[in-house]
Amino acid sequence: MEEANIHITVKDREGKEQKLEAPTDMNLNLMEVFKSYDLPVEGTCGGMALCASCHCYVHSSHELPQASDDEEDMLDQAFYVEDNSRLSCQLKIQKSLDGLKVELAPVSE
Amino acid sequence: MIQTDILIIGAGPCGLFTVFEAGLLKLKCHLVDVLPNIGGQLSEIYPKKPIYDIPGYPSILAGDLIHNLMEQIAPFKPGFTLGEKAEKIEKTGEKEYTLTTNKGTVIQAPVIMIAGGLGVFTPRKPPIEGLEKFEDCGVDYMVKDPEKYRNKNILIAGGGDSALDWTIELSSIAASTTLIHRRTSFRGALDSVDKVMELAKAGKVNLITEAQAVGVNGDDTLESITIKQKEKGNIDINTNYFIPLFGLTPKLGPIAEWGLNLDRSAIEVDTKDYSTNVSGIYAIGDINTYEGKLKLILCGFHEGTMAVQSAFKYIYPDQKLSFKYTTVTGIEGL
Repeated sequence: MEEANIHITVKDREGKEQKLEAPTDMNLNLMEVFKSYDLPVEGTCGGMALCASCHCYVHSSHELPQASDDEEDMLDQAFYVEDNSRLSCQLKIQKSLDGLKVELAPVSE
Repeated sequence: MIQTDILIIGAGPCGLFTVFEAGLLKLKCHLVDVLPNIGGQLSEIYPKKPIYDIPGYPSILAGDLIHNLMEQIAPFKPGFTLGEKAEKIEKTGEKEYTLTTNKGTVIQAPVIMIAGGLGVFTPRKPPIEGLEKFEDCGVDYMVKDPEKYRNKNILIAGGGDSALDWTIELSSIAASTTLIHRRTSFRGALDSVDKVMELAKAGKVNLITEAQAVGVNGDDTLESITIKQKEKGNIDINTNYFIPLFGLTPKLGPIAEWGLNLDRSAIEVDTKDYSTNVSGIYAIGDINTYEGKLKLILCGFHEGTMAVQSAFKYIYPDQKLSFKYTTVTGIEGL
């Protein structure tokens, strides 16, 4: 079963890096993986790209599926948005994300 | 003053269904919600999204579920105080709580049921240093009275319907109107987008895209906003008002000050009846937490049902409560 897992490096808001392991066969998204590691991500809307509380930056050069209109619309309501901003709930855990490097975006207030 | 049996804070699905279960026990309910409309997250965040895990409905739109719940509880004639925030709770008698809203409405009840979801929906505030200093003198998170902006210079930030709609409306009375937005495209309704583009072309709106507000400047009142535009870098724009419109987000708010045991912004409850550490106060739905908690509408319905049974015994300790099925008695028969 080991080969079904991928590894992701995440930098939290204190700047601490952590390696996460995530299965590709459970239909998970990155926000859910963050939550399973108790990272401080709210995921208020449950993964519908409707709250921007799982906003992160992608630092590695992985080819990612383009952000949908819903995701872009929601990023319009988020702050600290950069060119590499994504909503982690919209990134499905799959083989092609192995080795992904991400950083949790700051939260306002 | 409003008097009721169960005061429910939060008019989301969980709070609404609790009215039904309370009604079966002949307990009257009054609901308070900060939002002007009922439905909580379902109306505010995802009215057009289908929900697939409501028993008996293979799929139902969130907005329709709220509509159906309203129909279901209509026979019990619940009271509503909408658009007001539950601010202060005081114990004013042995079995009496008095709640005051931010607009001064006073409601009394022996039992309070907190069905506050994720908390109070409040405007998203951009993280700009010093922004708060101008909250009464130049920065508004919502437009209450358009007349305030007559012959003034205004700067609106955001890309959704409210940013577009207010840009259109206020541009006809303001001395100058600037709209800044993160991208070149907008998510608002297409005709509003077209209208803003027209106004920009006609020179009535100063539209700056690929830009974000990064600084507020002024002594006693707001004088200018520093924006960061992708190509041009930082630009100062003189303005009397800055109106950031980035939607609403839930915050725990005053609930944190009511003496309830909290665990990471959620209220700890006893799963026997979803009571809190304060007698007569219950917490149901997304706002509570316990071992194994699942944030599901389905679970919130269950929690509300159990809580009203306990509330009945709390209010009327000497009366015998016999559980009846609605299939036998209907809902009026009790």
